Amino acid sequence: MLNIKNLSKEFPVEKGIFSQSTSTVKAVQKVSFNIEKNKVLGLVGESGSGKSTLGKTIMKLLNPTEGQIIFDNENITNYNNRQMIEIRKKLQMIFQDPFASLNPRKNIFDTLAEPVKVHGLINRNNLQEYIKQIINDVGLNVESLTRYPHEFSGGQRQRIGIARSLVLKPQFIIADEPVSALDVSIQAQVLNLLEKIRDAYNLTMIFISHDLSVIEYFSDNVVVLYLGKVMEISPKKKLFTNPLHPYSKALLSAVPKVKAKNQNKILVKGDIPSPINPPSGCVFRTRCQHATEECSKIVPQLQEVDNDRKIACIREDVW
Amino acid sequence: MPNTLEVDNLNTYFRSDYGSTQALENISFHIKQGEVLALVGESGSGKTVTSLSIMGLLPTNGFVKEGKIVLLTKKNTEINILDLSEAKLNNVRGKDVSMVFQEPMTCLNPTMTVGNQIAEVILNHKKISSTQANKEMIELLKLVEIPDPEQRSIEYPHQLSGGMRQRIMISIALACEPKLIIADEPTTALDVTIQAQLLDLLKKLKDSVVSRTSILFITHNLGIVREIADRIIVMYAGNIVEEGTVDDVFDKPFHPYTNGLIQSLPEFNIDNHKKIQPIPGNVPNMSDLPTGCYFHPRCNLANDNCKINKPDLIKISEKRKSRCFEYEKLI
Repeated sequence: MLNIKNLSKEFPVEKGIFSQSTSTVKAVQKVSFNIEKNKVLGLVGESGSGKSTLGKTIMKLLNPTEGQIIFDNENITNYNNRQMIEIRKKLQMIFQDPFASLNPRKNIFDTLAEPVKVHGLINRNNLQEYIKQIINDVGLNVESLTRYPHEFSGGQRQRIGIARSLVLKPQFIIADEPVSALDVSIQAQVLNLLEKIRDAYNLTMIFISHDLSVIEYFSDNVVVLYLGKVMEISPKKKLFTNPLHPYSKALLSAVPKVKAKNQNKILVKGDIPSPINPPSGCVFRTRCQHATEECSKIVPQLQEVDNDRKIACIREDVW
Repeated sequence: MPNTLEVDNLNTYFRSDYGSTQALENISFHIKQGEVLALVGESGSGKTVTSLSIMGLLPTNGFVKEGKIVLLTKKNTEINILDLSEAKLNNVRGKDVSMVFQEPMTCLNPTMTVGNQIAEVILNHKKISSTQANKEMIELLKLVEIPDPEQRSIEYPHQLSGGMRQRIMISIALACEPKLIIADEPTTALDVTIQAQLLDLLKKLKDSVVSRTSILFITHNLGIVREIADRIIVMYAGNIVEEGTVDDVFDKPFHPYTNGLIQSLPEFNIDNHKKIQPIPGNVPNMSDLPTGCYFHPRCNLANDNCKINKPDLIKISEKRKSRCFEYEKLI
């Protein structure tokens, strides 16, 4: 369904009165992965790992610096905005903060109907019915269509955000931290809703989150990102029962669990380095407990393990 | 051993153009010396208002109508915070009770080096020379495991990472070895690996230097509670709904809200991959509360009695309390 090949995104850092670009922020570096139809791919990483940039680049809200995005057998890497209009019918996004992403001056009906009108998807007579159907699907009542975003709670706003991503009947949705701003009990409601619509609309999804338990619950395959690079790609079950990359191990053990107390934690030292000047060799080596001389010299390549996993680490002995 | 803090029948209100709204209803609890008590609840449940009431830091439209907040000072005398004048309260804050906030960047002064900010607290409360204060400041930075403390102490907050800044906040809170530290979502703004570092630090501090200090830990993250706290209080719509030791409450919650919170965590639903059991509905608005038990519209155990009468917080065993008529159905 979606092929990402060597995708990179760099942002220039501009300085001085002539806006000379002195260096670049390497937000996403040579990321490659595939998503099969009707699967959910989880993108997980800490802040600064490039997961949101990657999501926006795939949506072509940002232009990639290099690499290829092949969506549904179509190379959309160099498509301009007009060409993207057709693609965006099939490729939609759900944002983290539903308040910032809804127009406060439009009522919910107008918000949902606008994309349908722009694309001429449904004729005017059936529009009302169509929108009512969608708003029911996301668990809101029809009366909410005449109301404005500020009248809703956070969880309800996120439902509206989901409804908006659905109105064009897309095949593919990128959900960027869709439940991070919500309370635990509401988060569970929205997760269940996402699961329901995934099945009802036959969706393929990229699910971006920093919360490992949400990723574990929702995805089929997981990509672990660190400082713009892929550390590990693995089916969910294998990753969570037996993480191989030292970073995946540390990340998994760092999450406080309700079920088990006093687990043995792997503490990583220090902070995530600056993406302007990432470490040489393996980007994780500055915080890795297994790092050796070699790690600073060799850039680890993603290598295949048991057919369906890929790991970027040269210390095979610690996997 | 006497209790570090005793909150008795605390009622906090907020004034607005439409009259006043009650944010806390008859909150009573205590913290023993050296204990970590977790205050848990969703947004709007009143956990932060509780901490601000204790610190005397309520916004100008907030006021405590009745109740007592008795704090054990470092001289082992008991004082009621609500009786103190602002000047006296300033003397207590930082010395006997201190606070760590969620967002360290907004709490640190951006125009002052972090070293000076720590030394300022020490100089305010102790009668010592500034060289002596600086020495103590460096010791504190070492205590919170900041690498290269001499260099870091002359840097400004914006030069430090989020995790470092929170360490600075903790060192400020520890500066006068207070009896009580209130930590309001101290790790929420941080990444998991940094959060793990800080929780590790707090645990180490608990076991060594500040073993007599009590911590009131406010969080919405149940995983952190399990890891760091001894006892837990669950709040819902300005009320305490359940109280008990952490292991007891997580093993067998005695309130449907606590049970619902635990069941709605994805963590509990992975092995058998059943659907998560969310709590239906939303947290009620404090100015438009349901009748009877405030949780009944969202509760699967609710019956007619729950719709009319509000349950009391009843003592179930030595250490457990629950505000539910039907808690026996959960056992």
